[in-house]
Amino acid sequence: MSDMLRPLVIEQVRIVDPARSLDAIGSVIVADGVIIACGADALNQGRPDGAAVIDGRGLVLLPGLVDARVFIGEPGGEHRETIASASAAAAAGGVTSILTMPDTNPVVDDVAIAEFVMRTARDTASVNVFPAAALTRGLKGEEMTEIGLLSDAGVRAFTDGRRTIANPALLRRIMTYARDFDALVMHETQDAALSGDGVMNEGLLASWLGLPGAPAEAEIIPLERDLRLAALTTCRYHAAKISLGESVEVIRRAKQRGIRASAGVSINHLSLNENDIGEYRTYFRLSPPLRSEDDRSAMVAALADGTIDIIVSSHDPQDADGKRRPFAEAESGAIGLETLLPAALRLHHAGDVPLRRIIESMTSAPAALLGLDRGTLVPGRPADMALVDLDAPFIFSEAAIHSRSKNTAFENARFQGRVLRTFVAGRTVFSATETSGG
Amino acid sequence: MSATSSFPAFSQRHLLGIARLRPHEIEQLIDLAEAEVAVGRRRDKKKSTLKGRTQINLFFEASTRTQASFELAGKRLGADVMNMSVANSSVKKGETLIDTAMTLNAMRPDILVVRHHSAGAVALLAQKVACSVVNAGDGAHEHPTQALLDALTIRRRKGRIAGLIVTICGDVLHSRVARSNILLLNALGAQVRVVAPSTLLPRGVEQMGVEVHRRMADGLKDADVVMMLRLQRERMAGSFVPSVREYFRYFGLDSDKLKIAKPDALVMHPGPMNRGVEIASEIADGPQSVIEEQVEMGVAVRMAVMEALIGGPEDAV
Repeated sequence: MSDMLRPLVIEQVRIVDPARSLDAIGSVIVADGVIIACGADALNQGRPDGAAVIDGRGLVLLPGLVDARVFIGEPGGEHRETIASASAAAAAGGVTSILTMPDTNPVVDDVAIAEFVMRTARDTASVNVFPAAALTRGLKGEEMTEIGLLSDAGVRAFTDGRRTIANPALLRRIMTYARDFDALVMHETQDAALSGDGVMNEGLLASWLGLPGAPAEAEIIPLERDLRLAALTTCRYHAAKISLGESVEVIRRAKQRGIRASAGVSINHLSLNENDIGEYRTYFRLSPPLRSEDDRSAMVAALADGTIDIIVSSHDPQDADGKRRPFAEAESGAIGLETLLPAALRLHHAGDVPLRRIIESMTSAPAALLGLDRGTLVPGRPADMALVDLDAPFIFSEAAIHSRSKNTAFENARFQGRVLRTFVAGRTVFSATETSGG
Repeated sequence: MSATSSFPAFSQRHLLGIARLRPHEIEQLIDLAEAEVAVGRRRDKKKSTLKGRTQINLFFEASTRTQASFELAGKRLGADVMNMSVANSSVKKGETLIDTAMTLNAMRPDILVVRHHSAGAVALLAQKVACSVVNAGDGAHEHPTQALLDALTIRRRKGRIAGLIVTICGDVLHSRVARSNILLLNALGAQVRVVAPSTLLPRGVEQMGVEVHRRMADGLKDADVVMMLRLQRERMAGSFVPSVREYFRYFGLDSDKLKIAKPDALVMHPGPMNRGVEIASEIADGPQSVIEEQVEMGVAVRMAVMEALIGGPEDAV
């Protein structure tokens, strides 16, 4: 608490704040959890009395990351991840706000459960937790949830999590109703029947491994359907997690037609491809499956040009038992909160995507999508920040994982770009060095 | 042990798939199996190469013939053989695969022969045990001893593998036999074709080292060997092909279709056969059929494989 009461100054730091196209050396002043001044001339009025001072030379200050797709295990699967453990993992990754998926037990499909998550987060989490609510009761794809009441309770997005609503008539009515509340419909686009038993990208690799493949069309067909319904209903639509170059083209055309659509991609699909599965490595079993290298590079390009709006971690904790199985029987999903930023920075170091665009896609862009007053360092906003050494190399080891589950797709990966300290409302919630310093 | 010392040491610990073998290793196993054929035809069929060794057959998927073949092979080599059939028990899910592996491992077997309905399961299990593991079929992935016994059968009849035209017909999509055979036959220089309706061909099949045909008339032309694959009953009636009679009409091997192949073409089938579905009875029992011989070669190949893996002197294991 002393952090909050004592003003904080970070000096001579490179500030990257994409919301206002700022990339400059300057300072930040924080008091009472709020950014007072931020920029090259922030110290013109001098430092506040008694301020803790951090020397930011050589470092970069970013708005805290906003991750719009985080699976947790609370309630119902606390052995995989609690809200508190997800929060610790987020803080370690420079993520200060998370949108939690409703795929819990019970499902977040009514106000009481949503409030349980918010209350538990308030009591146990160090980062901001925003529960997404289900589009349909019990994620069953049959009856719509109370979108109005849930919105009033503070729910920022509606999604059936891993599931895709199969019935187009129901989806149309949900979109129509959601529009009246300006509610955001986030939808995973995978045709369960067309995917069938598919557990990896359909193609030569799957054929040699003898694994059933999921074809590209299983993603593209529901995506095209959804966008037509979004055009019809004029609701705010977000394709939660696309994985194909062709999906990028579908999104691009929809945006050109003026449809209120946006799209997200998981960091896994920007970093990895189907070859990483090798001989049945279940930590690379993801949904949608990892695709070809052509798909990966098409999505990187689409991130750079803005066709893809946001990057998500798609953090999906699974216990060891769920992964230590034959590939087709293993659970899908990988944790990702702690590797989101370092993995995304690979795109910067490789020169594939400008730094400002990468950061925007994980800060101001998701914040705008969810209607949050975060994801920027504009004075007056909560001081959610990540202090990063952009060039520091490190190896991500299992021992360092804060998440309760260890199913990372980046075990022993080499990264460049390390989170040194994370602040939520001016309070230090993570520090790479054990000394608190401020 | 001196009986086996004439064979060069086999360099691998497990037999998980043909994909992991180099051509000379494949040849080595086939040569070894050739010698075992004679053992099976003797009055005294017992060797002592694996005397005192423990072999466990762990079958997560029911298979009478493959399990019997491995059991007989082990017994002829003098091993103590135990059969664990988990296919019919309530044990199904993958987490028990690891548990079962750990339990069996604690019994200190020398070799585990494993069949599982899921691709990659046998390799996963091999990572968890201290003994040698033989893949007796994992999902739609590989069935290496079947490909080896097919190669042995072909070589004994034709004198070679290289340069032969081998046509594999039927459900390639779901077939581990097809995958292992495609790998092995290509490694030894055969020309491999597949013939099937497109619904039963895997994506990217044209890049798997085979010539792809959708008509038997095209695929069987000049073939030296015709390998028929089993079509599972649940795939016959409308899901992958419309009906048994339509499948038999276009893809079943009957005397008219067999005439398209070379006059001395061999007819093979990994069994169990669906007579009247993928193969006509008169062909299965006809003069060109080597289906029964395949079964005999199966025992020889499995003896060879187990001897190669664990038949060496104690220190080498």
